Amino acid sequence: MFYELYLGSWLSINKFGLGFIIGSVWDPVKGIFGALPLILGTLFTSAIAILISFPISLGIALALSEYMPKQLSNLFFFFVELLAAIPSVIYGLWGIYVLIPFLREVIYPFIQSNFGFIPLFSGPIYGGGFLTTSILLAIMLIPIMSTIMREIFILVPSALKEAAISLGATKWEVISVMISYARLGIIGAIMLGLGRAIGEAMAVSMVIGNKFQLFPSSLFDAWYTMAAILANEFIEAINPLHISALINVGLLLLVINLIVSIIAKIIVRYHLRIIGGIMRE
Amino acid sequence: MIMSAYKIEVENLNAWYDYKHVLIDINMKIKERTVTAIMGPSGCGKTTLIRCLNRMHELVPKAKVSGKVIFNNLNIYDNNVDPTWIRRKIGMVFQKPNPFPMMSIYDNVAFGPKIHGIKKRSILDKIVKQSLEMAGLWEEVKDDLQKPASALSGGQQQRLCIARALALEPEVILMDEPTSHLDPISATKIEMLIRKLAENYTVVIVTHNMQQAARISDYVAFLYMGRLVEYGPTKEVFERPKNELTERYITGKIS
Ligand SMILES: Nc1ncnc2c1ncn2[C@@H]1O[C@H](COP(=O)(O)OP(=O)(O)O)[C@@H](O)[C@H]1O
Ligand SMILES: [Mg+2]
Repeated sequence: MFYELYLGSWLSINKFGLGFIIGSVWDPVKGIFGALPLILGTLFTSAIAILISFPISLGIALALSEYMPKQLSNLFFFFVELLAAIPSVIYGLWGIYVLIPFLREVIYPFIQSNFGFIPLFSGPIYGGGFLTTSILLAIMLIPIMSTIMREIFILVPSALKEAAISLGATKWEVISVMISYARLGIIGAIMLGLGRAIGEAMAVSMVIGNKFQLFPSSLFDAWYTMAAILANEFIEAINPLHISALINVGLLLLVINLIVSIIAKIIVRYHLRIIGGIMRE
Repeated sequence: MIMSAYKIEVENLNAWYDYKHVLIDINMKIKERTVTAIMGPSGCGKTTLIRCLNRMHELVPKAKVSGKVIFNNLNIYDNNVDPTWIRRKIGMVFQKPNPFPMMSIYDNVAFGPKIHGIKKRSILDKIVKQSLEMAGLWEEVKDDLQKPASALSGGQQQRLCIARALALEPEVILMDEPTSHLDPISATKIEMLIRKLAENYTVVIVTHNMQQAARISDYVAFLYMGRLVEYGPTKEVFERPKNELTERYITGKIS
């Protein structure tokens, strides 16, 4: 697949070289293509999505594994798994018809009236855009990340919890021991979520506003991502250089995702090795 | 208030797992600075009994307890007693060594003092050193304090767990078959350590091994199907058991 993408990108790579990564003009008419704004848009929307979804997922995972009675937890778990199986177009539609109006009418005006003096929170509110995309991505990630983290917490040996409890640890101290035991697994879950966020095309293209610019003027402004531009422009592109540039974006996307998943794998493996030393039967 | 000569007095203790009644009317008084061994066939309730002594039993879902466990004149099951405080005063060592694998040797020992508010490095250093010395592990690990606990051998890990419990300066130490997962040499080290600990602490140890009970304990309790069948000075119980069941257990007719 790598090779095919590379072949497909050949025109673009040949013409722009590394300039493709640092260029910030995307003009199919003049045949100038630079993907930097897309790369930035992808990384920033995904990072903020993780920032939002991580603490929530962690809380849900802990509640499911530690606080809830088993049956209730399993029921909830089943429900959360169902959420994880919803196709992203549905999330996109939900984003357009429910999330965007809600954010536009209620949340964003509230934020702006209180923090509007900060440039990040100033500027016109369209409803869709950078922050909205991150929020929607976060909502999509929460089911996946919380189910993975629940599994990770369930795998924490009870001997470890009992050790902490026998030393007079409170519930919260026990949880912090569990988190520190599972920390690399948790990072693995985050990386997995990050991979999903980076690769998400459909839902993002429906709410981000698809505006090609290096940086948005505020959190409420529109932006663009690599996956979203592929979803939007691929079908209509006819110019070979344009097509090649899009394939080149696909190649970059693959590379970034590969890096993320390799890091995740290394972390998880390293984690298992440390812990394997002791708790094995 | 008159302080009793006993460190722990168990009065009419009953324990259940859901509807399963596993300890029945246990009464026993444990003297300060002695080693009390709890013996009995497997499944008779030994582990449950010592877990009732530091309020660990209630962690099992649907587990119940009734009766009293009086520790320094305080019933640990009184409503206003904080179980974390009890567990700090009554430490526990488990059957299977369970150090925190992701922490260094140092952090394992310092964990207890840290969560109970000791932050100063110099004080922690001192506690870690003393506890490891007391557990007979200091000489072996003093140059590797930052190594992960998982790097130690099984016997060392168990002594680390003992040091970790000692770091809280408990008054009582409960041990649940602490040598059953260890090789004989490590087991002997721990037996010697238990004798030494009795100079300063009250030790209650569950053991499956009668020779071990005879070697290290001052008092022996024999538990059979959830009941305390016999309890007395070790020598007496082994030489002149009062109960027929005890005799049969000691002579190996039941196990
Ligand atoms: N978590 C538990 N849930 C239900 N029953 C248990 C549990 N732990 C122990 N038991 C039962 O309680 C009885 C006493 O167990 P235990 O105290 O572990 O015995 P011992 O330590 O003497 O081998 C056994 O019949 C055992 O099956
Ligand atoms: Mg047992």
